[in-house]
Amino acid sequence: MRKTLLALAAGLLLAGSVGAASAADKLKVGFIYLGPIGDLGWTYQHELARQALVKELGDKIETTYLENVPEGPDAERAIEQLARAGNKLIFTTSFGYMDPTLKVAKRFPNVHFEHATGYKRNANMSTYSARWYQGRYIQGLIAAKMSKSGVLGYIGSFPIPEVVSGINATILAAQTINPNIKVKIIWANTWFDPGKEADAAKALIDQGADIIMQHTDSPAAMQIASERGKLAFGQDSEMIKFGPKTQLTSILDTWGPYYIARVKAELDGTWKSEDSWGGLDSHMFAMAPYTNMPDDVKKMAEDAQAAITAGKLHPFKCPIVGQDDKPIECKGGDHLDDGQILGMNFYVKGIDDKLPGK
Amino acid sequence: MELVEAIILSVLAASTPLLIAATGELLTERSGVLNLGVEGMMIMGAACGFAGAWLSGSILVGALCGMVAGTLMSLIFALMALGLAVNQVATGLALTILGVGLSGLIGAGFVGERITPAAHLDIPGLTDIPFIGNVLFGQDAFVYLSLALIVGVWWFLYRTRPGLILRACGDNHLSAHALGYPVLRIRTLAVMFGGACAGLAGAYLPLAYTPFFIPGMTAGRGWIALALVVFSSWRPGRLVVGAYLFGAVTILQLHAQGWGVGIPSQFMSALPYLATIIVLVLLSRARTGGSTAPAALGTVFVPDR
Repeated sequence: MRKTLLALAAGLLLAGSVGAASAADKLKVGFIYLGPIGDLGWTYQHELARQALVKELGDKIETTYLENVPEGPDAERAIEQLARAGNKLIFTTSFGYMDPTLKVAKRFPNVHFEHATGYKRNANMSTYSARWYQGRYIQGLIAAKMSKSGVLGYIGSFPIPEVVSGINATILAAQTINPNIKVKIIWANTWFDPGKEADAAKALIDQGADIIMQHTDSPAAMQIASERGKLAFGQDSEMIKFGPKTQLTSILDTWGPYYIARVKAELDGTWKSEDSWGGLDSHMFAMAPYTNMPDDVKKMAEDAQAAITAGKLHPFKCPIVGQDDKPIECKGGDHLDDGQILGMNFYVKGIDDKLPGK
Repeated sequence: MELVEAIILSVLAASTPLLIAATGELLTERSGVLNLGVEGMMIMGAACGFAGAWLSGSILVGALCGMVAGTLMSLIFALMALGLAVNQVATGLALTILGVGLSGLIGAGFVGERITPAAHLDIPGLTDIPFIGNVLFGQDAFVYLSLALIVGVWWFLYRTRPGLILRACGDNHLSAHALGYPVLRIRTLAVMFGGACAGLAGAYLPLAYTPFFIPGMTAGRGWIALALVVFSSWRPGRLVVGAYLFGAVTILQLHAQGWGVGIPSQFMSALPYLATIIVLVLLSRARTGGSTAPAALGTVFVPDR
C-alpha cells in the first residue's frame, strides 16, 4: 500500500514538473484591469478580448489578469508583479496606468508593454486606442433625429480629451440635423458608480433631456432611461438587455483582433513599439445594431457609418468654431489632425456649458 | 415645482441606503464596537439580495437574503473581534476586503440579469396629491422602513432598559460587566443588528435603486455610512439630518451641472463631503457637553471571570 502511494506521489510530481516545463515554454501574457471583469462595460470588453486571444492562441500562450487595480501607485506594483512573474507582454488597459506602465517599462527593458488610451511610449511600450469619436458622431446624428425636446443629456466621467472629443463629435453631428440642438452635460467624476450614474440620468431627464448618452461604464443610465420611457445609447458593451425598447445603439469595444495580432507579433519576434489608433475601418470598435428607430434614421446611421469607414466623412471636418466664435485652427488639411483630437480641451460652439478647468 | 418634486424623489432614493447602513452601525458603535466592515457587509447584501430576488422572483425574499448575508458577515467579525479579541479596526478592514471579493464570486453568475424593482406605494387619492403626494405616499417599502428603523433605534436607545444597558456597555464595559451584564453577548447582538442593516442597505441597491447586480456596485457607500455615524455624533436624530443632507447635496450638484452653473464639476463632486465636514465643525463648536463618542468605542474587552 505504501509503495503504491509513493509511486502515485512520484507520478504526480513527474506530471507536475512536465506541466510546468511546458508552461515555461509558453509565452506569458499579462493583463491589468481597472474594474471587475463582470462590470459589463470597459473591463468586461477587455476580458472578452483576452478570452478570444486564449481561444485563438491558447496552446502557445498562458495569460494572467489582475482585476480591480486602482489607477495610481498601486498600479505600478501590480504591473511590476506581472513583469516579475515572467510575463513577456503586458497589457495595461486604462488611461491612468500610463505613468506607472512607463516606469515599470523602463525597469524591465526585456518585457513589452501595451498601454491603452495613453500617449506616452517607450522602446518597449506601445499604445493603442480606438477612434470612438467616430461612433459618437453617428450617435449625434441619431440623437438629433430622435429627440423631440431638442435636449440631449450627456453623462461624462472625467473631462479628459477622449471624453471631450466625444461630446464635441456628438454635438457637431447633431447640429447638421438640428442647428439649435442643446446638450446638458453632467460629469460624474467617476468611471463606475451605478447609483451615481443613475442619479445623473434622472437629473438630466428631470431637466428635459429625452436622449441619454453616457461616457461612464455601468448600464445604470440605460436602465433609468428605460424606466422613464426615454431613449439612450450604451457604452463599451451591448446594453440592450437593460433597455430593450431604449437602446438606439452602443459603441462596442472590440479589442480581440488587436490583442491577437500583437501576441502573434510577439511570438514571431516582430513586436515593435507602435501607436495604434484604430477607427471603424480597423474594427477596433464596432457599433451595436441600430434599434428602436425608424428605418430612415437607421439608414442615415448606416450610411454615415459606411462613409466614416471609407474615410469619406470626418467627424471633425473644418471649419469648426469654438465657444468663443473663433474658428479652430485646421492642422489636418480639411479636418483637425490627430494631435488636436487627442489633446482636445475645448468645447465647440453650440455647447452652453463651460468645460471644467477652463 | 415638478422639478423640485423630482429632485426630492431622487434625494430620498439616494439617501435611503446610507441611512439604513448608518442606523445599524450607530447601534453597533453605541455598544462600544467599531465595525469598519460596513462596505463589505453591504456589497454582500447586494449580491445575495439580488441572487435571492432573482431566484425567487420576490423582492421580500431578496431583502431577507441580503439581511442574512450581512448578518453572517457580521458574525465573522463578532467571532474575531469579540470572541478572540482581535483588533477591531484590522478585523473590520479585512471584512470589507473579504466582502468585496466574495460578493463578486457569488454575484458572478447573476451579472447581466434584470429584475423588476421594488414596487412603489400607490394609494389612490393620496399618492395623486400634487407635489407632496408622491413624496409622502409614493415611495418603495425600503424608504418607509429606513425611517421606521431609525425611530425604532432612537426609541430603543433612549426609552428602553435594554437600550440603556447597551449604551452602558459602550461607555464603560468594565462597569457593565461588574453589574453582571453579559457585555460580549450584548455586543454580539448589536454587531449582528449592524450587519443585518448593512445587508439590507446593500440589497436596496440592486432591488430598488438600479435593478441589476454588478460587482463593486456599492461604490464606497459603506464608508460614507461610517462617516455619517461620526457626523451624527452617535445621535439618531442628527443621523437622519446627515443622511438626507448628504443625499441632497449629491443630487443638487448633479442638477447644478445640468443647469450649467459654471462651477467646476470636480468641486461639485466634492461638495457633499465638504458640506459634511463644515456641518461637523459647526456642530462640534456648538456642542455643549452632551454625548460624543461612546467612551469604550473600539476597545477590546476580555471578561475576567
